[in-house]
Amino acid sequence: MSAQTVSIIIDGRQVEAKAGQTILQAASDAAIYIPHLCYHKDLLPGGHCRICTVKVNGKPINACTMVVGNGMVIENDTAELNEQRKCVIEMLFVEGNHICPGCEKSGNCELQALAYRFAMMAPRYPYLFPVKEVDGSHPNAYIDRNRCILCGRCVRSSRQIDGKNVFGFEGRGIHTRLAVDSRSALADTDLSATDKAASYCPTGSLVTKRVGWKTPVGQRKYDREPIGTDITGRRN
Amino acid sequence: MAKEDITAITQIVERHGKDAGRLMDIVLEAHKELGYLSDDSVDAIAKALGIHRVQVHDMASFYSFFSRKPAAKHTIRLSNCVVDKMHGLAEVAAAFEKALGIPVGQVSSDGSIRLAYTSCTGMCDQGPAALIDGMVVTGLKPSDVPAIVAALKRGKSEPGESEVFPNAEVQLNLRQAGPVVLGPFENGTAIRKALNLTPEQVIEEITKSKLRGRGGAGFPTGMKWGFCRKARGRHFLICNFDEGEPGTFKDRLLLTEAADLLFEGMTVAGYALGAEEGLLYLRAEYAYLKTRLEQVLARRRRYGLLGQNIAGREGFDFDIRIQLGAGAYVCGEESALIESLEGKRGAPRDRPPYPVQRGYKDQPTSVNNVETLCCAARILEKGAEWFARYGTRDSTGTKLLSVSGDCARPGVYEVEYGITVDQLLQLVGCEEAQAVQVGGPSGSCLAPQDYGRKISFEDIPTGGSVIVFGPKRDLLKHVLDFTEFFVEESCGWCAPCRVGTTLLQKKLEKILDGRGTASDLEELRQLGVTVKTMSRCGLGQTAANPILTTLQNFPDLYRKRITDKDFIPDFRLEQAFSEYGAVTGRKFVDPEEAKS
Repeated sequence: MSAQTVSIIIDGRQVEAKAGQTILQAASDAAIYIPHLCYHKDLLPGGHCRICTVKVNGKPINACTMVVGNGMVIENDTAELNEQRKCVIEMLFVEGNHICPGCEKSGNCELQALAYRFAMMAPRYPYLFPVKEVDGSHPNAYIDRNRCILCGRCVRSSRQIDGKNVFGFEGRGIHTRLAVDSRSALADTDLSATDKAASYCPTGSLVTKRVGWKTPVGQRKYDREPIGTDITGRRN
Repeated sequence: MAKEDITAITQIVERHGKDAGRLMDIVLEAHKELGYLSDDSVDAIAKALGIHRVQVHDMASFYSFFSRKPAAKHTIRLSNCVVDKMHGLAEVAAAFEKALGIPVGQVSSDGSIRLAYTSCTGMCDQGPAALIDGMVVTGLKPSDVPAIVAALKRGKSEPGESEVFPNAEVQLNLRQAGPVVLGPFENGTAIRKALNLTPEQVIEEITKSKLRGRGGAGFPTGMKWGFCRKARGRHFLICNFDEGEPGTFKDRLLLTEAADLLFEGMTVAGYALGAEEGLLYLRAEYAYLKTRLEQVLARRRRYGLLGQNIAGREGFDFDIRIQLGAGAYVCGEESALIESLEGKRGAPRDRPPYPVQRGYKDQPTSVNNVETLCCAARILEKGAEWFARYGTRDSTGTKLLSVSGDCARPGVYEVEYGITVDQLLQLVGCEEAQAVQVGGPSGSCLAPQDYGRKISFEDIPTGGSVIVFGPKRDLLKHVLDFTEFFVEESCGWCAPCRVGTTLLQKKLEKILDGRGTASDLEELRQLGVTVKTMSRCGLGQTAANPILTTLQNFPDLYRKRITDKDFIPDFRLEQAFSEYGAVTGRKFVDPEEAKS
């Protein structure tokens, strides 16, 4: 162990991590999959979804924001944590109006893929059936708030990568919704379809127009392999 | 937008140095000047600050005291805290609805008065209470309502014009002053004693006293100050006066009675931390205190107890700014409070980094409770040993408790740590309590078998809220009230709290509606555990406490409410058909009833 690395244990496995890395990054480098949803490797973490919650020395903590410390003992792939993660995924399904069979993101959707990974049959919670708006005003992209899980990826990528500020939040609590940087609609913002923000949505909420059905259902990313395989597959 | 309105906004922005970090003040002032925050105002503020409109909207849409729609001339906000409800809020609300001819949540037909609910306003010892255009009105009775409505219709209400209202007075209700916080104090003594020591020695003295944070979490204050001082950067001190936990009003009393003591404590902390700037975050509900607090600050500057070269010490500069909030319970959480101070929505941060490492403006910041800072001043004045003589081994000193609910003498009590719940109940004049909620909804609901337990960090910690439920109360109804409070106050940032609090409310409603089963009880408990385990901050982590602690301490109350059926669906067929029935004029017939 050099001064630049710290030694941690994840699910009983000793891992050498770079100092300053988050638990999620260190795990990923070691080909250990910590399920996550609002996290994206190109963006600063947002801490919205809590799916990446792990236990550090017995205490629940967010893996995408917690920096590694020498000697940390981390529980990740446990029955208890996976059950709690599944509960939160089910919450996201009942909070919105998700129409997987008819959604153009089906098979590429990270929320759907996580539901499959955790073997969700139907949400255990009652559907909230909220009334949500669709904004199709922009010529090249649209927002369907029925499928928005408020992960903030579009908010962060617009600011951090595109150098714009197209998105934000509005309201609070269960009434929180995605807001855009204009009085009325997405068309009046400076969003371009080539913005990273337009491609980082994990669900079918912020979608580029006219590309959704190019790849047939059945041949899409998570139709071929479960979410997380790209990370675990790197293990020798 | 009228030209003069744009000018007004530009002037407000310029007055705050075109600093987007002061967005709270800018929006507060624009809101006050123009009555509400229009799209035009949002655009004008964004333009003058050189930021995006979505950033202004993001922040302004978060706080409950900002209106984005044309507002009525007057707003009546009824405090819908559990304790206000216990003291007859429903009757008062009904009287307002009758006098105005509208239900709560709407504006009177002439557009002049809006009637709304708001979370606990910190007047539980004298409820039902309301905020009328920001002015506190207490001890409301239905018979007071016509005169209030008439006064509002007659003319403008301004703070200071309270003579037009009955009940526009906040009672102090100090029932028991203790030796530590509310003992006699001479201005400047703590500062002078501190200046005889090095900053490190001041922190050492606080550490020796074993002072712990009075907000409820109980983090050792000396340790917090030590971490903060050692962290490199520009240091800040923040005093958390966002007392929003339902049933808490002890800081209201402290700032009324002992503002000097608090400012003395803040100045001592400023010296210890090496901070030049102190911020007092004042909750919007207590805005009526602001003018007087500014006067106290001005007087202290005149006496050389604040400002430059304090108490004659060359180079010891420290000053205090008051930041008003805008109605958000979550801002009592220290990192949410910092976000709010920076002019953003009050969404908590993930920790670490802790504020002592990266807090306000990403600089080392110590966030302390009002009462903690008052204690710190007393410790410097009288010594750590004197302080540690009071209380218990791990909970030194005294604690201010705000007691309300079913007792003869509601109010503020300064007691030594270690007092049992039983002793406290005797003190406040309560002969029989079905349950005692200690620490507000985010604390625990205690049953009589626990009344021998001690109020202290090692047994029952509390930020100061104690709500007594008498034998006739429907406790579970109040558990639902508490749960609704968390639904209202969840910031929405993280999924488990945002969605989970609403699901907890729905599940509990189902049970209280007589449609619950044994499996519903178990699902309720599991859901509570998920919200507790997975949420981002203290709000979410404690939002299920009213349910979880009553499930544990009052299981029979729940058992009595459930049916012996195996399963009752959440979905209600009859309800789903209600619109269809209304349109077609046909009546829904339950299939099972039809068969029989």
